Amino acid sequence: MNLEIILHAGLATGTVLLFAAIGEIFAERAGILNLGVEGMMLLGAMAGFSTSLSTGNVWLGLLAAIIAGGILSLAHGLVTIHFQADQVVSGLSLTFLGTGLALVLGEGLSGQSPQLVPAFNIPLLSQIPFIGPVFFANHSLLVYLGYLLIPFTWYYIFRMRPGMHLRAVGEKPDAADTMGVSVYGTRYFYVFIGGCLAGLAGATISLSVSPGWYSTQTTSGQGWIAIGLVIFAQWNPWRAALGAYLFGALRRGILDLQGPAILLGFANPLYVNSNYGFFLQMTPYILTILALIIGSRQAIKKRLGAPAALGVPYIRGERGL
Amino acid sequence: MSEKNNLLPSGLPRIESLEMRGIVKKFPGVLANDHVDFDVQAGEIHALLGENGAGKSTLMKILYGLYQPEEGEILLNGERIEIHSPTDSINHGIGMIHQHFMLVDNVTVAENVALGLKSSKGMRLDLDVVSARIRELADKYHLQVNPNAIISKLAVGERQRVEIVKALYRGAALLVLDEPTAVLTPQEVDDLFVIFKQMAADGHALIFISHKLNEIFALTHRVTVLRDGKLIGTVNTSDVTKADLANMMVGREVLLTRDRQPRETGEARLVLENVNAFNDDGQSVLKNISFEVRSGEIVGVAGVSGNGQRPLAEAIAGLQKVENGRVLMAGSDVTNFTPAQMFDTGLSYIPEERMHDGCIKNFSVAENAILQDYVRPPFSKGIFLNFKAIASHAQELIESFNVKTPSQETLIKNLSGGNIQKLILARELAREPHVLIAAQPTRGVDIGATEYIHGQLLRQRAAGLATLLISEDLDEVKAMSDRIVVLYGGEIMGIVKSDEVTIAQLGLMMAGERADEVFAA
Repeated sequence: MNLEIILHAGLATGTVLLFAAIGEIFAERAGILNLGVEGMMLLGAMAGFSTSLSTGNVWLGLLAAIIAGGILSLAHGLVTIHFQADQVVSGLSLTFLGTGLALVLGEGLSGQSPQLVPAFNIPLLSQIPFIGPVFFANHSLLVYLGYLLIPFTWYYIFRMRPGMHLRAVGEKPDAADTMGVSVYGTRYFYVFIGGCLAGLAGATISLSVSPGWYSTQTTSGQGWIAIGLVIFAQWNPWRAALGAYLFGALRRGILDLQGPAILLGFANPLYVNSNYGFFLQMTPYILTILALIIGSRQAIKKRLGAPAALGVPYIRGERGL
Repeated sequence: MSEKNNLLPSGLPRIESLEMRGIVKKFPGVLANDHVDFDVQAGEIHALLGENGAGKSTLMKILYGLYQPEEGEILLNGERIEIHSPTDSINHGIGMIHQHFMLVDNVTVAENVALGLKSSKGMRLDLDVVSARIRELADKYHLQVNPNAIISKLAVGERQRVEIVKALYRGAALLVLDEPTAVLTPQEVDDLFVIFKQMAADGHALIFISHKLNEIFALTHRVTVLRDGKLIGTVNTSDVTKADLANMMVGREVLLTRDRQPRETGEARLVLENVNAFNDDGQSVLKNISFEVRSGEIVGVAGVSGNGQRPLAEAIAGLQKVENGRVLMAGSDVTNFTPAQMFDTGLSYIPEERMHDGCIKNFSVAENAILQDYVRPPFSKGIFLNFKAIASHAQELIESFNVKTPSQETLIKNLSGGNIQKLILARELAREPHVLIAAQPTRGVDIGATEYIHGQLLRQRAAGLATLLISEDLDEVKAMSDRIVVLYGGEIMGIVKSDEVTIAQLGLMMAGERADEVFAA
């Protein structure tokens, strides 16, 4: 068991969660809860894998994944923004839709090997002892992209004008509307961005982290973990990144932890009975239930600092306006 | 007039006149505006008066671009303009202060003002520039506003000033004020009126929407009255009396003063002893509440919205858990009884959310008339309902309480607010209660129905009912109650006889001063 290797692998695995969670932060900051992340990721993973395979161009693959996730998310946007349907129900159906589409369209892709996202060292930075090999060496381009996305997202949401509009639409859409900000337009845009990032997260799996197409096992519930992360991150990209990398390392760590018989001086439960590892595999579903409870309880949402209008459809002219 | 005199203190040109001509707006089944004409001039405060549903808000939403009219035109300084969205109206110099605050709570004043505006730094926020301009405007208009304050930490009066600054910042030369005083204490209202008068004197045009006659006389130059979507007339405020305006609003003679005869009170029917309660977030919402309501007495509860009125009503009705302290009905302890048990003790409750808690909107009038008593004879026997008894009961209530409904099978949601409230009152009084809690019984109810409801409450008082009247309408509380309990932050600031207190004194108590401090001053 080597800490350096676990952390290195954790960053790669965590990048998947990072993209998906940041996408969901954008959507939820605009007031739209999208529980379809798992479906959008799986569709993205399939689209990316398939496109890279058929064109031999991994960049086209990533683009296809982003577009596929984005387009699928617009279905959720249409249903929840325009038709003001329940966001939880629509999001869950989106997962079924995305999963179903991905399975049908991905038929026969298993066992193939497309071109993958290249990995490389960052000059100079990779020379730093310990930090270099963990953070800046032999990572795929997507991991480095993830590093850049975190500060950018933070700056965008909290320091830029469009970010302020985004927050206003999620907090008090009627205020934004009367000030001339398009509530529907803003919501559609960020639901779409959320879908794009979820698609990218899917392709990050299938074209980089654990290359291949293994039907639903490709994403194996990571979309749900991303949704849970957003809540624990309290809609802040820095905290989401921390959680994503932590979960990534944990996923990788479980495999490594099954090795030694003695762990920190105690008998290793995972070594004694490897079935204990299943408890950790349950986390996506536990997080899903938590996300649902929190999404539906106004008091909890308020305490966690959720966007005040999260999950609430906006209809101009209602409630006194 | 020199060039300079045509500019507002904000440095922008005035709107000399704005005219709306022949405005028609239809909603499914309703003609909300039926060929309405309206105009306002620079330097004028023009009141738009009418009952709920008369079409005032619709007319102003058309002006602000939130609704599109079917017919009619809008003229600005004599020239026809098109308004398709709030952005258009803002660009024409029209600002609106909405009935409910349009502020994002967890960010600063400056961020709220900057919302939707172009930044001088491109994509980056320019909050320093915005803050400087806010200070400049605040200075010119004598508004106390700190651009860096977080909205959620501000008092309601301060939030209202932020709304004004927001409109001025966008260059509003004409301001639409949609019931801006609804959540303010009397002192805050006075402060606000000083600001409005100054703005008018500086050349702004102001449209003031209200149904409070006192405010209209205190503030405005002209009044336009709407009723059922139609223009009834435009008059100079100084040429009319309150009674004239009330008659124009309702279309018939209205009794504005209620004759509350002195009456000996009887035994204490409802007693609260040191009642404490907490909300879902664990915050204290009622602190050591003690008072009593006697037979033949109306006790009013005054306070600014959200200061414990609702938890108080619900704690008595069995809907809010009482943490410690006791609630007594006719001397016996009923603390934390369920609502059904409370009804059995002789309590009737008119909840403040009429459509939400007071009735089931997709049920018929007849069904709504037996919401508590459907389990009792004669309305039911075993698991079967007796529709004959239900129908005759409903008919009796409709007739004796003058409820206007097409039939008793009509769904209650299709009735007007006033008629729904009359039916709820009828239902609660028909149970011959010992104690009645009436929470906001006339909020959003037209003057005619208000008059009727007040008459009923006084008649029941004469018959010995103990009534707790919770209202945000201070004039109502003052006129109807024998004694007044003033709530602030979930605490009682004082219990005073209503004939021995002024509105100003009540206002101070509503703002958090205790009765002994107020009367010592």
